[in-house]
Amino acid sequence: MKILVVCGNGLGSSFMMSLNVQKAMKELNIEGSCSHTDLASSKSEQADYYIGSPEIMDQLNDGKRKVISLINMFSLDEIKKALTTHILEG
Amino acid sequence: MLHLIMNDILGTPAILVGLFALIGLLLQKKGIADVVSGTLKTIMGFIILGAGATVLVGALDLFGQMFEHAFHIKGIIPNNEAIVALAQKTFGAETAMIMVFGMVVNIVLARFTKFKFIFLTGHHTMFMACMLAAVLSASGITGVALIVIGSIILGALMVFMPALLQPYTRQITGSDDVAIGHFGSFGYFVSGTIGKYFGNKEKSTEEIKVPKSLGFLRDSSVALALTMALMFIVVAGFTGSSFIEDKLSGGTNFIVFSLTQAITFAGGVFIVLAGVRMVIAEIVPAFKGIADKVVPNAKPALDCPIVFPFAPNAVIVGFLSSFIAGVISMFLLPIFGLAVIVPGLVPHFFTGAAAGVFGNATGGRRGAILGSLANGLIISFLPALLLPVLGSLGFNGTTFGDADFGIVGILLGNLLKLFM
Repeated sequence: MKILVVCGNGLGSSFMMSLNVQKAMKELNIEGSCSHTDLASSKSEQADYYIGSPEIMDQLNDGKRKVISLINMFSLDEIKKALTTHILEG
Repeated sequence: MLHLIMNDILGTPAILVGLFALIGLLLQKKGIADVVSGTLKTIMGFIILGAGATVLVGALDLFGQMFEHAFHIKGIIPNNEAIVALAQKTFGAETAMIMVFGMVVNIVLARFTKFKFIFLTGHHTMFMACMLAAVLSASGITGVALIVIGSIILGALMVFMPALLQPYTRQITGSDDVAIGHFGSFGYFVSGTIGKYFGNKEKSTEEIKVPKSLGFLRDSSVALALTMALMFIVVAGFTGSSFIEDKLSGGTNFIVFSLTQAITFAGGVFIVLAGVRMVIAEIVPAFKGIADKVVPNAKPALDCPIVFPFAPNAVIVGFLSSFIAGVISMFLLPIFGLAVIVPGLVPHFFTGAAAGVFGNATGGRRGAILGSLANGLIISFLPALLLPVLGSLGFNGTTFGDADFGIVGILLGNLLKLFM
């Protein structure tokens, strides 16, 4: 399982989110890796799931990629809830 | 032996940051594979950063020549990545030292004062460290004194800038758990304050319909390539085909040449970003890990886009107002005898959008518009005023873009002039 966290610049927001996603994956016992990148690079990088803010996900969503949008990007609870509904139950 | 340690190990910035990453990884008790790959990647990141500088410097220089030929005045492209990458040749070791010891000062201040902020936007920590190294060095401070003074100022900024914004940040996020750690803070603070006094909170930007089509500007490499292409081609029109084709392009058509140079610049910045990402990838988690252990109730201070989802319309309104102010400033700057700061879509997008969200939280639509107009003026005038205190680094045709680099650099540089 590979999760890619995406933001506009691939530096700050996505990096912080990926630290929380990694934490959430550990707590939920999801096996796999999580990295972060910018929007342009993410379009050519394969991943099982893409995570980011709704505007960024709108641009990545081509009907084939599995995208997960987060409103409150720094909330560990929201990340856990999103991973549970999309990955564990999905 | 001492010479080897002082000059070749501590004096080679790539090795130095690799060493810091190594210590960070060992402190976190990572496995051998993680330690080796993390250290190597950090060193590689620093080398990639330098490679990016080589790519963009040529385009930057050409833009400067064209602009000066056309308008007989200096045209400056404000871009943090470009100036930091260029500065690493001179201030690489100083930047790395100030960055790491600044983080230590941040942890100490968060531990012992009531400001519990841990500044996690690693690339801005690095950029500010670089700016401080340049200003201090231009004022004649060197060696240990430069590192000590630089680290104290950096650590203090990492705590006080989020603290300054926190009353407004709370109004946006509705909680006190998270702060903004971004060195555009001064612009957001001004925007929030203008919103508070001149705006009307009841009329939020979120009630208006705003086209979502500007969302592609969130893709910073696209936004940068687009601005640079526009700027290069407009300037090329004024420079004239004969000068460009005779002196600069070696005969290639001036429009095609300008377009390739514009995208080369954006490509260079893209490489630098990739390098920066690798440099901070190991250092920030180590910093966060240590801070979490040492500082009870630490509050993370995060990059500015975390406020964007709270007011998506304010993001667009803020960007447009800030950019308009940037374009107006371009014509105002020469009147004051200052270098022309070419407005960039990337700084106006990120800081203008955040200023819009702050202005909206305190003063609704009017707050968002007026606040980000102010931000646009701030990020046009401060970078121009910053140039003289940067010393020789200020002659490369680029400068730091965001508000706090300007405020801090200008205050520090002029203050030191009184004493040195």
